[in-house]
Order: sequence, then structure tokens, then C-alpha cells
Amino acid sequence: MALRTESFVLNIGPQHPSTHGVFRMRATLDGEVIVDLEPVFGYLHRGIEKLAEERTYTGVIPLTDRLDYLASMSNNLAYVLAVEKLAGIKVPERAEYLRVIMAELQRIASHLIAVGAFLNDCGAFMTPILYMIREREKILDLFDMVSGQRLTYNYMRVGGVSQDVPDEFLPALDKFVKEMPGWIDEYDQLLAENEILLARSKGVGILSKELAINVSASGPVLRASGVKWDIRKADPYSIYGRFEFEIPTGMVGDCYDRYWVRVQEMRQSLRIIKQAMGQIPSGAVRSEVPHIIRPPVGEAYSHIEAPKGELGFYLVSDNSIAPYRCHIRAPSLLNLTALRDMIIGWKVADAIIIFGSIDICMGEIDR
Amino acid sequence: MTIPLSGWEVAKQIAKRFPDAVSEAYGYFVLVKSESLFEVAQYLKSSPEFDFDYLTNITAVDYYDYFEAIYQLTSLKHNHSLVLKTRCYGRDNPTLPSIVRLWRGADFQEREIHDLMGTTFKGHPNLKPIVLWQGFKGHPLRKDYL
Amino acid sequence: MILNFSRSSMQYLQTLPPDWPGGFWWHWLVFTVIIIIFLLALVMGFIWFERRALGRMQARLGPNRVGPLGLLQPVADALKVLIKEDIVPAKADKLVHWLAPVVAFVPVLMIFAVIPFQDGALLADLNIGILYVVAISSVATVGIFMAGWGSSNKYSLLGAMREVASVVSYEIPLVITIAGVVLIAGTLSLNQIVLAQDVPFILLQPLGFLLFFIGACAEINRSPFDLLEADSELTAGFHTEYSGMKFAMFYLVEYAEALAMSAIITTLFLGGWRGPLLPPWLWFLIKVVVVFFVMVWTRTTLPRVRIDQLMALAWKFLLPLALINLLITAIEVLTWPVALPWVMILVNIAIMAVLVVLWSKLFKLGWGRVEI
Repeated sequence: MALRTESFVLNIGPQHPSTHGVFRMRATLDGEVIVDLEPVFGYLHRGIEKLAEERTYTGVIPLTDRLDYLASMSNNLAYVLAVEKLAGIKVPERAEYLRVIMAELQRIASHLIAVGAFLNDCGAFMTPILYMIREREKILDLFDMVSGQRLTYNYMRVGGVSQDVPDEFLPALDKFVKEMPGWIDEYDQLLAENEILLARSKGVGILSKELAINVSASGPVLRASGVKWDIRKADPYSIYGRFEFEIPTGMVGDCYDRYWVRVQEMRQSLRIIKQAMGQIPSGAVRSEVPHIIRPPVGEAYSHIEAPKGELGFYLVSDNSIAPYRCHIRAPSLLNLTALRDMIIGWKVADAIIIFGSIDICMGEIDR
Repeated sequence: MTIPLSGWEVAKQIAKRFPDAVSEAYGYFVLVKSESLFEVAQYLKSSPEFDFDYLTNITAVDYYDYFEAIYQLTSLKHNHSLVLKTRCYGRDNPTLPSIVRLWRGADFQEREIHDLMGTTFKGHPNLKPIVLWQGFKGHPLRKDYL
Repeated sequence: MILNFSRSSMQYLQTLPPDWPGGFWWHWLVFTVIIIIFLLALVMGFIWFERRALGRMQARLGPNRVGPLGLLQPVADALKVLIKEDIVPAKADKLVHWLAPVVAFVPVLMIFAVIPFQDGALLADLNIGILYVVAISSVATVGIFMAGWGSSNKYSLLGAMREVASVVSYEIPLVITIAGVVLIAGTLSLNQIVLAQDVPFILLQPLGFLLFFIGACAEINRSPFDLLEADSELTAGFHTEYSGMKFAMFYLVEYAEALAMSAIITTLFLGGWRGPLLPPWLWFLIKVVVVFFVMVWTRTTLPRVRIDQLMALAWKFLLPLALINLLITAIEVLTWPVALPWVMILVNIAIMAVLVVLWSKLFKLGWGRVEI
């Protein structure tokens, strides 16, 4: 005789120790298995796109800091690249190198938090995330030296960066780059062959290649599914064409692959920073751009490889001091489109892990 | 480098299949009529020389007479990109066909445009507000909202 | 001076014949007081020890503000919890909700009646000691399920269901492993088991020790099996709706069970109070703290398993190995009674290594995705 069961709706609610930010999942459960899932967000909507229409082009830069607040340098970079494409402004060499160094350091910091939070969701009681935060503190100290801030840097400007780095920056960066690979190796050794981690994340939450391309996933999520697409190689922006690095690609698209891709990307970022440090010239850090920019009428879309995926800015200008329309293509929003497909059939504990492995940031989803 | 395809060339190809679909083509943009958007998009996705399998971005802009929706398409294999545009006139109940059946990535983005701009997407399976709360009156991103 | 006092007082207590008028009651009274003081003091100590060790292993300091080295931290926690408001959910089953902490705590206290602190120094030298322990420790499960049910909260119910499933599954390998120890010692009484350990049983039964340690961690819901109070999954599992003193009771139950399991492991496998030089009760304390430290260590290091992987671990991994362990122990006890210790040690360690490697290659943990 078959057992008659009834499914019930569980609200993995906006206030929860483990959803990264205010995110709500309405899950329909049958026992422990999830049969349906509906993501609900919008709890952090601040109307950044509308606010951007009221501020000057330079005044939008602090707004972009708050999009993906764990990767502010990348947000700034994407925006100023879009404005420079729209207005046809060229950037001096030293500023380009500084931008690349900051963007890659930011990628390492963001991936440290992503990996740490993923392991925290797996249940390893705060130990890995505290180790990762300890390393991230060193990166934040470097950023503090450069911009005076630890989280929302507001460092890039249209036409370059806002100020030159102090003298003690490059030696400190050198020290960091020498020590960091040892730390990554140590964490990898502790975690990569851990039986419990493998049992919890291998084969869990598989995103197939076709589905990943169809839902416009990008970043580590897309690469873990087997698609070798990185904007730094496919459509190089700034001076990425001058550096040698590889693109780690996963094979299956499960949670373990996403974790592995992020760890490898950290190593590649260190490689890029080392090359950039060797080639950085001296000179101006900002080209002569007026305070209030009036780009000609037109529109431009430019995208970068942010830590979470492809971050794009679409700007429309009507020759006034503020953008006519500023649209932000948020990587986390599109990566979440396949959440339902990835989670159905798994259990509640896996839902938390799969969600953590996508690595979203509510700031850019809700904007 | 991702090659942005020239709008003029692509418009010629499209016009061979769908004779009166294209309104304008300039720079890297192709402007199509909103009724034929779905067929043109399907052709661009499935034809082997274009093969646009990746939808990068959907945006909508409010020019006072019309709403313009901009679709950025990319082909991962050929590494080229195209910008497809379409317009819908009138401010009361602007509608556009939905392309969710071709690219599922359009799901959340079309819901957001519906929420903030007010354009309805015909054929979207779940057109609920995504960013604003239920019961919110008005469409904030329109130029006449504030 | 303290050592002399303790030795002489223990000897005096043992000289009292059990049928001395009132002697039985003095014995009972003294030991009850000793056990309660021991339990409460050591649980407080364990709470401090765990938080401090956890902190140091995570590259941060643990609590270090309240008292020297943060030693009064548990006292501060207890005071905080005592003055909190006791909130009972409106739709909860009042009697069940109120009774649950009591039903969960009392059995744990009762386990200590048979644990020997020194030769002959225990509250009741039952000759079915270990059977009594196994029976009583199952009652605590009922208390936890009452807590989950009586809270009228979906999260609590989910936690309680998981808990019942896991505890019931892990009882079986645990009991079979204990049977292996009993075979070698030849008696069920805990005092006699300690006396029989000229060679500590951890060497004679390495596989048994491993299985018992894993099973004990699962029984008391400690990491890596703490999916019942998984902060990142179910808010707080079965004790979500508890506040104030009742929550303190559950907190106490968790550490008291850890203490009880450490004490049982010490008695069964590590030789209880035996050791040179220092007084026996000090040896007992040291061994209990070492076992607890290993539990804290595994908590810091390992991630958590999922519920179906937990059940698979019990049924597919621990149970067959426990049965094989029992079989091999029985064969050894029958065939080599004289040269028992050294041969047994070597043979058993070799068998354990082979079996563990073989089993970890052979089976898969958990089912994976369910087709909808």
C-alpha cells in the first residue's frame, strides 16, 4: 500500500542565517525533498537606475560601489569603461595598469568570501570562512592604503583613477603576492580531498551546458558547466590582451566544480598581478577630463568580467550632464534564473548549498 | 575580440527572409517591428551563420513617444554580437512579444522591465512584479513618474 | 594535601559496609552530591573549553573578557539565560512543551550513576552497568522529539524527525560495538570492565573504538552530524521555540551528553581511572578532557553531512563493520585465550586498516537526486 503524503510550503525566508543577503525561497517540500521552488527578491531595491538619471556622470560612481558591495572596484571599472566608450576618452598607461591590479585583487577578495561562505553553508562551522577573511583583511589593507576605504572604494574615475598609489603600496603588494599562493595551497589541501565535502557537493546541483548558455549564466557558473567563455579573453577590455593567464573550466557543472573554478581563478589572478607589477610605467593617472562630462548623443554598452560574472553597463546619453538611461546588467540576477532547475529533486540541506555555490550578491540583483 | 556585426549587413540577411520586418539599420543596430520580433529572433538564433545562442542583455528605454527595447545578442561559437531593437508606441498599455521561449535568460529581465516600465510581454509564463512589492502603483522608471 | 584527603576519604567510604545502618544512604547521598557537582562544574568547564579551543583553531581568541582567560564566561551565559522571558508559542502543546527539557535532561544525569571514578567508587555498582547506560540514553531522544512536536513550528518538526531517525539508526552499531568490548572483558559491569583493562581496550579493539566514537558523535548530535541544530539550515532545529531556562536546559543537555559519552568512551576503551603516579580521579578527568578535545577538533574541521548520508553511514558503513568486529573478536577470544593481548593487538589493527579502506571504496553515501 503506497504511503499518502502531503506536501507543505516552507519559506526559507528573507531572514535566515544562511541566505546571502535578503533573499526568499518559497519551497514546496514533500518530506525532505523539494518539489517546487520560487525565488522572491526585491527586498533591497533602492532604485539605483533611476537615481543615476539625476546625477552627473562622475556622481554615479559612488552609486555603482553599492551594487555588488563585495566587489566595488569591478563595478566602478565597468561603469567608467562604459562612459569612456560613450565619450571617446583615452586613459593613460599607468592608470590602465593600476585598474587591472585593483580589479584582480578585488577578484581574489570576492572569491575568498564566496568560497568561505560556501563552506560555511556546508556546515564547516565558520573555520574556513574565518581563514579566508583573514586573508581578505590583507587585501582590504591594501585598498585602504590606496583609497581610504575598506568596502566601497569609489576609486575609478572617468579617464583614469582618482589618485596615485602611495609609495608603500607596491612593496606591500609584492609581499602579499609572494605569500598568497602558499595560503591558497594550504586551504586547498585541507578542503579539496575532504570526503564529506566531496560527498555533499559532487554531483549536486548540476547545471548542464545547454541550460547554462540558454539562461545567460556567466562567470564561474558558466565556466564550471564546461563553457570556456571569459570576457577577458573573448572581448578584452583595458589592457588584458597583454597578460598571459588561463581560464579554468569545469566539466560537470556541480557545486564542487564551481568551488574548484573559483580557487583556480584566484591563482590566475595572482599571476596577472605579478605580470602587471613588473610592467607598470610611471606617468599620469588621469587624463584631462572636465569635471562635468557631456558625452555626445548616442548609446554604449560595455561589459567586464566581474568576480560574479559578466557585469555590463548600458548608457544612453542625450548630451546633458546626466545619463538619460543607465541600465545595469547584473550577473547574479541571470545566474539565478536556473535556480529552480538546479534545486528541484534535492533536499533542503542541498538547496542551501546549491544556492551558496552560485554566489550571488543581493545588491546587484535588486539594484 | 567580439566582433560587433554591422547592422546594415544583418538587415539585408533578415530582409531576405522577412521582407518587411526591418524598419531601420544603422551602425551596429537593427531596428525591427515589434510584431515580427519573435520570428526574427528565432531566425537569428537558429541560423548557422549567425547562431546567437547567448542573450547578453535586455533593456528598455523610455523615449517620450515610444518605449524602445534593446536586445544584446552574442554568439559564443563565432564570437560576434548584434544589437536588436524594437519599439512600441503609446504609453497606456505598451505590449511586446516575449522571447522567453527562445532564451530563458529573458525571464527575470522581462519581468523587471514590466515592473519598472510598464510594458507587457505577451507570451511570458509568469509576468509578476519582481522587484517592487505587490500593490505598488505606478512604474518608477518612466520619465513621467517623478 | 588535597590528594591525601581524597585518598583517605575514598578509602573511608569503601570501608563502610553496605548493610551498616544508614550506610547505604550515606553512600548514595555523598555520591549524588559528587556527581551533580562533577556534572555541573565540568559542563561549565567544557563550554568554556570548547569555545576557547574553537576560537584558537579558527585563528581568533575565544572568550577572554569575563574573568581570567574568560573562565567565567559560562557563568555569564547562565545568568543571561536565567533572566530571559520564557516565551511559549500560542499554538503549542503546553504540557509537552514544558515537559520536554526535563525528559531530555534527566536520563543524561542518570547515566553517571554507573561510571566509576575510582576503584569501587561509583554510585551503584550494577552488574549490568553498560546495559543500563544504553537503555537510559535512549530516553533522552523522546525528550527531544517532544520538544520538536510541542513547538507547533515546521522547522522544529523537521529537526525532530531527523533526530529520531538518526538516533534510532545509530543505537544499533553502538550496541554491537559494546558487545565486542564485553566479550573481551567478560562482564557487563563498568567497574569490572575497567579492572580488566591491563591493556587498554583501544589497542585490543581499534575498530571498535573508531566505530564507537563515530556513533557517539552521531548520538549526541555533534558536528559533523549536527544537522539537527544546523544554524545555516533550519534556524535552530528542535529548540527554535525555546527561550530562557528551558533553552538553557537543552544547551546543558548537549554538553552533558558530550560529557557522558566521553566518560563512557574513557571507561570502555581508555582504561577509566587506571594510570601511574597521579590519583585515579585525576586520570579519569584527564582522559575525559582528551576525548572531548578530539570531539571539538572534529567539530572545527569537518563540514556537515546530509540526513540521507547520515543514515547511509549508519546502515551501510557502521553496521556491517560492527558485525564483522564482533565476529572477529569472538573468534579471537575463543581461539587465543592465553596469548591474547599482543597477538590480538596486531591482528586487530591490521584488520581495521583493511576493512576501513575497503568499505570507503565500496559504497556510496546517500541517494542523490530524486526525479520529480
